[in-house]
Amino acid sequence: MCRLALKTANTPFSPYTVLTAMEAMREGYDGSGLGLLLRGLEFEDFKYDAKFPILSGIAHTKQAETRLDEYMDAHGYELKYDHRFAMKDGIITEPGRYRYFLRAYRMPEAFKSKSQAAKEEELLRARLALRQLGAASGDLTVFSFYPDVAIIKEVGWPMQIGEALSLWDNQIQSRVCMAQGRQNTNYGINLYACHPFFIQGIATMTNGENTAFVPIRDWLIGRGFPGYIGYESDSEVFTHLLHYTLRHLDLPLAAYKHIITPLSIKELDRHPQGEFLKGLRTSCRRLIIDGPNAVIGTLPDETCLLVMDHKKMRPAIVGGHDGEWAITSELCGLDALIPDRDRSLDFQPMREHTVVIPPQRKELVIWSQLDPLPELSYAQAA
Amino acid sequence: MVSTRSTARTLIRPSSLTYVDFPWIIEHREDRCTLCGQCTSVCPREAIHLAYRRKRQPNFEVFGQKRGSEFGVFTGIKQETRMANSCIGCGMCEMVCPNDAIRPVPNDNEHRSLFFRNLNGDSYKRGGRRNQTGPTLLDRILFDRISMLTDPALDAGRHEFTVTTTLGRMLPPDEFLSRMRQGEWIPPTREIFPFIIGSMSFGALSPNMWLGLLQGVAYCNEVLGLPVVMCTGEGGCPPWILKSPYLKYIILQIASGYFGWDEIIRAIPEMQCLPAAIEIKYGQGAKPGDGGLLMWHKVSTLIARLRGVPPGVDLPSPPVHQTLYSIEESVMKMVQTLSMAFDNKVPVYPKISASTSAKSVLNNLVRNPYAGGMVIDGIDGGTGAAYNVSMDATGHPIASCLRECYLDLVRQGKQSEIPLFAAGGIGKNGNVAQNGMALIMLGASGVHLGKYIMQSAAGCLGNEMNRCNVCNLGICPKGITSQNPKLYRRLDQDQVAERLAETFQSINTEVKKIMAPLGRSQSLPIGMSDAIGINDQAAAERLHIKYLC
Repeated sequence: MCRLALKTANTPFSPYTVLTAMEAMREGYDGSGLGLLLRGLEFEDFKYDAKFPILSGIAHTKQAETRLDEYMDAHGYELKYDHRFAMKDGIITEPGRYRYFLRAYRMPEAFKSKSQAAKEEELLRARLALRQLGAASGDLTVFSFYPDVAIIKEVGWPMQIGEALSLWDNQIQSRVCMAQGRQNTNYGINLYACHPFFIQGIATMTNGENTAFVPIRDWLIGRGFPGYIGYESDSEVFTHLLHYTLRHLDLPLAAYKHIITPLSIKELDRHPQGEFLKGLRTSCRRLIIDGPNAVIGTLPDETCLLVMDHKKMRPAIVGGHDGEWAITSELCGLDALIPDRDRSLDFQPMREHTVVIPPQRKELVIWSQLDPLPELSYAQAA
Repeated sequence: MVSTRSTARTLIRPSSLTYVDFPWIIEHREDRCTLCGQCTSVCPREAIHLAYRRKRQPNFEVFGQKRGSEFGVFTGIKQETRMANSCIGCGMCEMVCPNDAIRPVPNDNEHRSLFFRNLNGDSYKRGGRRNQTGPTLLDRILFDRISMLTDPALDAGRHEFTVTTTLGRMLPPDEFLSRMRQGEWIPPTREIFPFIIGSMSFGALSPNMWLGLLQGVAYCNEVLGLPVVMCTGEGGCPPWILKSPYLKYIILQIASGYFGWDEIIRAIPEMQCLPAAIEIKYGQGAKPGDGGLLMWHKVSTLIARLRGVPPGVDLPSPPVHQTLYSIEESVMKMVQTLSMAFDNKVPVYPKISASTSAKSVLNNLVRNPYAGGMVIDGIDGGTGAAYNVSMDATGHPIASCLRECYLDLVRQGKQSEIPLFAAGGIGKNGNVAQNGMALIMLGASGVHLGKYIMQSAAGCLGNEMNRCNVCNLGICPKGITSQNPKLYRRLDQDQVAERLAETFQSINTEVKKIMAPLGRSQSLPIGMSDAIGINDQAAAERLHIKYLC
């Protein structure tokens, strides 16, 4: 198992806060990895404009950094800000950590008048090209390239990594922070295999094991969408499935659960949108996940969500108050993040639930699969 | 030395054979035999008869005056040595003998009778399947991706499992939603149990067997909650069943002889429900490139009426459909025509024999919006009647053919659209759930069972050492494949139904026992090739699975 922690608040906070929650849940992971994803960014030494895409990754050598610069210059990206972590030596033992980078760029001039979709396509293309640039020699790792999203991934214990990168120093703060404390279980240790996974603004992290990984991966690759690559971890498909649901199928967020863990035929026979959902289940049957999984996700508008596998075999709890919420694997993690909440209002979702913390952060929204999907007129029984 | 000259002309001919030349030798114990005659009357081949034989006892009194012999008579069982009456090892004599006085013993000598299966210029025809013994490739596939520490193991006995599969064309999600938004046609699908009773015709099977299977299928659906379906084969379907609510458990087959389709078309307006699907048979694994064959022995008055033919004549279906000019013409038009006949509400799919051309058929189906799947039947598939040479030497094993087709779909990103069903040799050595699940993990959406069902539900005696295998002659000693009421009355329809229900209950449990350790319970692990391996490097490479050693 591993442990997950997410905090979302109206007032930006340091990612170190979330690391303390990870520390509280320390018994649940083995220090084989840490992934952090931040949204709603603020930098101490730079007034960040949330329009600028941020490139996150690691240059393992000086040459790699030079190649990165050359690529960005050649494609017309103007460097606006280059965050420097106050590195502490001797903590991170992995070799080849020349430079962790978080860099804000201005999009090339040509994209000024382009649509949001065209811009996102370009950012994805650039991220994949940079990833490809480092693929052969393995000296450049790129996690994300998107406005207002920063990702840090490293091998080791969360607190140690936080110390090594001086994450406590309030140089970076964010309104949303996701953290996951372990690498994938079934495949080799690899920086790309650390959660959270990211594609075009959509990110998820998982506690669990997706045993239906291989057929789902094969199917996603078959879509021919350039971003559906990687798959160093079985959990990466959760991110891509969410992306597929929202971006390709143009379905509401509430449909995600119907795709990854559809209701049984018996339950659908009684469902007000049963016919539609049975059809959806059939056409998406290759996307049904399996095994124990708690999936926590975030969207570009800072919406946060939590869903469980169909048997609810992994723990997760959500709690908080107006303006400040957290989702963690264990109660002790939640206590570490938001001690001053009404604990009686904490919620542990069941198999049919999708828990959503909307961007306004006023209250939790809980959807049940047994209720009709909103805003789908064609889904009603004919 | 006694001269045999006098007997040579009558007893010793080129085609004269004796017991040691046959695959089975009758062992008879006169000391136990009560001469009740049950063995001789049950023997389907008339391979044994009660014989009175003269016994001479010479008198050898050296000093006496008397010379000569005394003569006596004894009775006993005698085995025939004519090819037409050779023992087939069915063991019915042993089954009915009250005193354990008789049994067929497999002969381990080479069988010279093999060279005389061509008497009268006839080629050897038989029922059963390819006579090859030993573990099949499917038997050797292991499920090795066990989730133990990384995943709280599932409990096959207590957790909820979804083990059904989809039959029918599945639209890609974006296409489905776009058609829903515009209110367009959505191809029909069925949620069925992934182990399907494959095509065995009313005609190939006796009425008691066929109706017993249907009764069992109805029990599985209505009492056990297992959505099992069965395919009619090419022989039509009794009209009262066509108009009954049980039609929904039946896949109607149309093949190159079109037998029974007059009745089916006529019954459409009176149907209470739609059939599960329509199967168009283009080929079968047991005899690729050859049509169905019902030999005259089995064309009884009932069968003749159902099929719209005169009784007592051979019914060989042509190797190809008469409309076949090209794949487009044959497959596309037939699929669409049959889909339209049922108002586009019934999945229609073709069945072909496994061969190197399977992929081209599949690629054609992918482009046909009305095609609802494809069945590939491998060389180990069974049949009621075929030439031995077709059965033993023609065809392609199922595993690699299925896998190639599946991977071809994966390359096109269409693996979820056309479900592939595999057939041919599943459960050949009894490992039915293991064989079926191995094929599912190689990419099949389900499997068809024929021979296994006959063996498990009705006690078919045939095997791959050519035991019995006389389904073609209508003399099935168990009454499974006979149209002779004296024989098929031996088979109790209720008992067939009961055995069928037991069989599917057990398959269902074993499927869960295979899925649970793999951490799968939400959906059938179709194409989960990371879960399997084989201890044969060449096979592993060909199937793109792990080599285990």
